[in-house]
Amino acid sequence: MLLQIKRLSSSYGRVRALNGVELNIEEGELVALVGANGAGKSTLMRAISGVQPTNGGGIWFDGADITKVSASKRVRLGISQVPEGRQVFSEMTVEDNLLLGAFTRPRLEIDEDIEKNYVLFPVLKERREQLAGTLSGGEQQMLAIGRALMARPKLMLLDEPSMGLSPLLVDQTFQTIQKLAESGMTIFLVEQNAYVALSIATRGYVMEGGRTVLEGTGQELLDDERVKKAYLGV
Amino acid sequence: MFADFLQFLISGITVGAIYGLVGLGFSVIYNASNVINFAQGEFVMIGGMASVSFLSMGIPMPLAIVLAVVVTTFVGFALEIFAIEPARHNSVVSLIIITIGASIFLRGLAQIIWDRNYHNLPAFSGDDPIKLWGAALQPQSLWVMGGAGIIVLLLWLFFNHSILGKAILATSFNPLAAELVGIDTRRILQISFALSAALGAIAGILVAPIALTYTNVGVMLGLKGFCAAIVGGLGNPMGAIAGGLAVGIAEAFTAGYISSAYKDAVAFVIIILVLLFLPSGLFGRKEIDKV
Ligand SMILES: Nc1ncnc2c1ncn2[C@@H]1O[C@H](COP(=O)(O)OP(=O)(O)OP(=O)(O)O)[C@@H](O)[C@H]1O
Ligand SMILES: [Mg+2]
Repeated sequence: MLLQIKRLSSSYGRVRALNGVELNIEEGELVALVGANGAGKSTLMRAISGVQPTNGGGIWFDGADITKVSASKRVRLGISQVPEGRQVFSEMTVEDNLLLGAFTRPRLEIDEDIEKNYVLFPVLKERREQLAGTLSGGEQQMLAIGRALMARPKLMLLDEPSMGLSPLLVDQTFQTIQKLAESGMTIFLVEQNAYVALSIATRGYVMEGGRTVLEGTGQELLDDERVKKAYLGV
Repeated sequence: MFADFLQFLISGITVGAIYGLVGLGFSVIYNASNVINFAQGEFVMIGGMASVSFLSMGIPMPLAIVLAVVVTTFVGFALEIFAIEPARHNSVVSLIIITIGASIFLRGLAQIIWDRNYHNLPAFSGDDPIKLWGAALQPQSLWVMGGAGIIVLLLWLFFNHSILGKAILATSFNPLAAELVGIDTRRILQISFALSAALGAIAGILVAPIALTYTNVGVMLGLKGFCAAIVGGLGNPMGAIAGGLAVGIAEAFTAGYISSAYKDAVAFVIIILVLLFLPSGLFGRKEIDKV
């Protein structure tokens, strides 16, 4: 088991955002998490990355308890996140964004990884000297994914990568995610776009009111009556 | 006539370079945390006083200077760990108030460790002025200008070409994203305080042979440096140097042509004018819309 979450809870002041989350991810899986606005999906992602304090339960990664481990150490252990809203360093160049993605990596591997990124996202190479804030939304999304890849993660967290993108770019983004999954990367994907997410996922979870309420293979969830009604608009 | 003008210009550039270095210290911490560190002037004072102190122990001047910079750097580091760190989750305004408290504490401590007298640090390469079209250029002025120039160059290299420098900038632009790429943002804040302290100490040491040093020297130099940083656009390192030169030169000409009684007022008039008419400074960073 690569990631194991047990009875995890977390609050913003008096607001309970996570309330007993149970979740497992095996190596090589693409796991999707769907849920309504405010269900706690981003909070869970932030908690896994260590930028959101938790107040109950625990997180295990690669067999070790990381519940109290700092955010920067978690990146070193192999957890990378593409956060909601992309959060690129707008005032810095595309290349500097990638370089910072490799902050935890040995210097020697960085050039090679930047080149790999440019193969995956040729447009980033064209724009390498441009400030990230001047990229289009789709390009920023590629940059955010590229930056997360620079850390050579074992587990990649993606929080609503399709948000705000045109349908064509949404397709492209999901293709990229599938390509990464096929290359063996373990992926945990949060999406509003439940249909697409569950279609490409090996397994999925449904989150409601800060807890995981349903679990199954992508297909099982797509066929589930409750999921159909609540998230697929069928 | 021209000799006077040149003389005022030389002294303006010299003192302006010092204000610029102090302003740089403000900018480095502001960039990393949005905090205006009002203890910056105390770093200047500690640099000068510690040098005098080490020198009086019989330590040779170059070593005394290096030790003074090292000591001040540790003070900056300690200030972050013991005063800022515990209050990190409070508002920026509370952090600024903490730095004001810290500056009063450091000044008091300095008066206990040292004294309230004026001290003189010998000029680095003698006091024989160089004649220049009727004006006199002190060799120490060259040290100040050269020192400021080298530091600006080193800082530029650090922020533009080193991964640690870029990590500091990244933390100031987007702390959440910085943490998500594995930057330890607490460590970044400690480094910024240490770096600012070193900058302040160097300014204090360079100026000590010209202006004497004493435990309250940081009050005025800190304010002038703050003024330099504001004029140049807070957080803009090159702006701080340009702002420092502007303030220094304006001050020197006011003192020379009007009256030295108004000298210190110049900086404050400039602050008020800049805040009223150019709130982001002469060289304020252009904000890029976040998408
Ligand atoms: N910074 C915050 N301060 C206070 N409450 C917050 C904060 N961020 C989120 N919350 C609350 O925590 C709960 C979970 O929010 P979260 O952002 O994790 O939801 P989400 O599932 O990601 O929603 P969305 O689909 O809109 O992104 C919500 O009730 C939200 O209002
Ligand atoms: Mg969210």
